[in-house]
Amino acid sequence: MSFDNAYESLLGHEDSHWAFGTGFSDALVGVNREFPAGVDKADLAKYCLMLGDDALIFSQRLSEWCSRAPELEEDIALANIALDLLGQARMLLTRAGEVLDRDEDALAYLRDEREFRNVHLAEIDCGPGPGGDFGTTIARLLVFSSWRLALFSRLRGSADPVLAAVAAKGLKELAYHRDHAAQWTVRLGDGTDESHRRMQAGLERVWPFVDELFATHAVEARLAGVAVDPASLRSEVDGVLEAVLSAAGLTRPADTRAARVAGMAGRDGVHTEAMGYLLAEMQHLHRSLPGAVW
Amino acid sequence: MSTSWPLWEVFVRGKRGLNHVHVGSLHAPDAEMALRNARDVYTRRNEGVSIWVVPAAAITASSPDEKDPFFAPAGDKVYRHPTFYSIPEDVPHL
Repeated sequence: MSFDNAYESLLGHEDSHWAFGTGFSDALVGVNREFPAGVDKADLAKYCLMLGDDALIFSQRLSEWCSRAPELEEDIALANIALDLLGQARMLLTRAGEVLDRDEDALAYLRDEREFRNVHLAEIDCGPGPGGDFGTTIARLLVFSSWRLALFSRLRGSADPVLAAVAAKGLKELAYHRDHAAQWTVRLGDGTDESHRRMQAGLERVWPFVDELFATHAVEARLAGVAVDPASLRSEVDGVLEAVLSAAGLTRPADTRAARVAGMAGRDGVHTEAMGYLLAEMQHLHRSLPGAVW
Repeated sequence: MSTSWPLWEVFVRGKRGLNHVHVGSLHAPDAEMALRNARDVYTRRNEGVSIWVVPAAAITASSPDEKDPFFAPAGDKVYRHPTFYSIPEDVPHL
């Protein structure tokens, strides 16, 4: 992670000798990184951690499918999605780090569980561990990408130019993630009895964690104009999910809500049991060999 | 599951290319997923701007056994190249 642009080390400034795969660009080049006037920088950093941790932790979960997906092609598809999200996480953690005076690696690898601000949906085990299967993973991807796509669509208008640029770039990625999840949801839901049963079970598994996505946090409320109020996304996201579930012949699960601790959840740094194990795996190398690079 | 998914041939048109070029094959349950899999497998390094997928079973290929009768007769007929015409300089990709 030591390059601003991962291709610099490969290409230098000249890529015309490549027949394919040229024309890479960095979406954040030239973006004004000054903090907008009147914005509470501590709140902005917290907000960047929220959105960045969602992407980082879900990326870690998706990467667990590497070499374990039902098909080689799906293996690559999930890894691509994980890498898209990791890229979003890097930009957001870097932005938070500009306030906190820590770099992206320090924020990803050296924070403890209570300092992470991701929603529970990103961290729970939806397979390949015992917490789910491919259908469960697709259910989570459908919900997460539909929600984040709606969020980023509004975030393009953020008063923070960096958040607006991150959102504009991420929008195209998330549109593909949602499409991928929707394609599979329809095929599994409208497939065999077994695939339908498992896809429905996947939805039931993730649904208690949907409510948290739309709960307005105090930081988001204070950052009007910079942050997106997630409560405002609910009807749009519900509409998308209804359309996909209906095409798939699946039933929208009853609205239940996973338990909170004294009213707190992921955005407050209160996590599920799965989070500690996830962080142990994600952070182990960096903590054992500080400063390790590829 | 692997054995039941049909094989697809993938053709990608690069940014600097004029034609779709065969880049490889993959497995997918249907054409729509084949297109998406091709996007994920063959264009993740910014290779393409357009993808075709074709069921491998739909391709009729020439046989290596017929190589000589098929191709050798063209080997000595250089006059079939339009080298006796002058080509205008402002016509690209002729």
